[in-house]
Amino acid sequence: MSEEVKSKAPKEPLFSKKNKKLVTDPLMDNNPVTVQVLGICSALAITVQVEQGVVMGAAVLFVLVLGNLIISLLRNLIPSRIRIIVQLVVVAALVIIVNEVLKAFLPDVSEKLSVFVGLIITNCIIMGRFEAFAMANKPWPSVMDGIGNGLGYAGLLILVAVFREFFGSGSLYGIPILGSPIPTPDSPLGSGLYEMGYMNNNMMILPPMALIIVGIIIWVQRIRNKDLVETH
Amino acid sequence: MAINKDSNVYTIGFAVALVVVVGTILAMLSIGLKPMQKQNEVVKKKMDILSAMLTEMEMENISRKNASDEFDKYVDLSKAVVLDMNGELKDGKEAFEVDIRKERRDKNLAEADKNYPLFICEKEGKTMFVIPIVGNGLWGPIWGNISVGEDMRTILGASFGHKGETPGLGAEITQAFFVNRWLGEEISDENGEATKFEIVKNSSGSEPKKVDGITGGTITSVGVQEMVNRCLKPYVSYFNKLKSN
Repeated sequence: MSEEVKSKAPKEPLFSKKNKKLVTDPLMDNNPVTVQVLGICSALAITVQVEQGVVMGAAVLFVLVLGNLIISLLRNLIPSRIRIIVQLVVVAALVIIVNEVLKAFLPDVSEKLSVFVGLIITNCIIMGRFEAFAMANKPWPSVMDGIGNGLGYAGLLILVAVFREFFGSGSLYGIPILGSPIPTPDSPLGSGLYEMGYMNNNMMILPPMALIIVGIIIWVQRIRNKDLVETH
Repeated sequence: MAINKDSNVYTIGFAVALVVVVGTILAMLSIGLKPMQKQNEVVKKKMDILSAMLTEMEMENISRKNASDEFDKYVDLSKAVVLDMNGELKDGKEAFEVDIRKERRDKNLAEADKNYPLFICEKEGKTMFVIPIVGNGLWGPIWGNISVGEDMRTILGASFGHKGETPGLGAEITQAFFVNRWLGEEISDENGEATKFEIVKNSSGSEPKKVDGITGGTITSVGVQEMVNRCLKPYVSYFNKLKSN
């Protein structure tokens, strides 16, 4: 410990406290969705089912980590006047690569995600991290930042999707939990809870409900951490 | 000498270099992966056809890996035919090569030039006809396959697919509960008149020609209705001709 302080240019360990904070911060107190309020559109669109949320989260994580790394490596070469366009080209190229590779190796997943993979390009978290972090930091911290923000995004997506799929479809990750709402000749209301008159909340499937759930999560988060409350 | 990164020459040079590098990578990737993607599409098409003629239980044993072998077991592509919109045989077309989704998208293609492929399969010694269909849902195209039994009337199996219908609502058309509502329906009456299917609310599965829609997925359900009614017509005329011979 003391030796490190003595040396003129202390080489920061790969998992120093600062670097770890880059990963853990966006998970909670600086969550890209609930605190920075970025990437809301996709959080509304693809949180109907948990599975979609998981795959989308993974895709964004991949693009964010690799993109942060590339931008960080190029940061001293990118002309400042066209830096946004350069960032856009990098995101677009990565997204196309993800899409093509999925189509070739995981055709079933690719089919499920359909247009949403292309929409990663428009996710403001990615451009936001490129511009705010990777353009000004070394490659390794940028990778850590990408992991943190990617996981923070994926985590929130999955959390919202769990609520929406459970209350909207009565299942989790496609597995029915509350029985089957499909009427059969024996039980016209379906089986399980549905037989007793329970009904799925169709509102949960529609995008406005995702906005309300994200709102509730933001509310709960700010009750627990008063520092996040904006003062006007 | 330090490079002036704000100069126009550097900026343009960087932009050109970036585009060339990215373009080259993407072009190479695209060319490299094309054969695999094509192969995946072919396999998917075979699985779609299989899922219309096999039961859910039988489909469980079929994955992308063995789909082609299983397909060859059931379907004899040399017997498959291509029809025109009036149900007349068309010569010189490979049924499996016809892409009905592409033809539907093609606004310049005249109705009369559209191809209607028909696959003839054999399952447990009985002949089955598999009819591919295509239509529009709420957000994009929907498609499917309908298999008809030896009597050329009764629907024995079906499968539906979609590009981007709402999960939990319109997207449910792919689920067994919706597909099963079509089984046992007849695509034509005794006189060979094509059936006009109707998507209704709560027909309880008892009335012929009426199929339950999906709550909250009305537009997609109606899309399926339109797709089935429109696409089956040429085949009904073809079957009528086969029967009268």
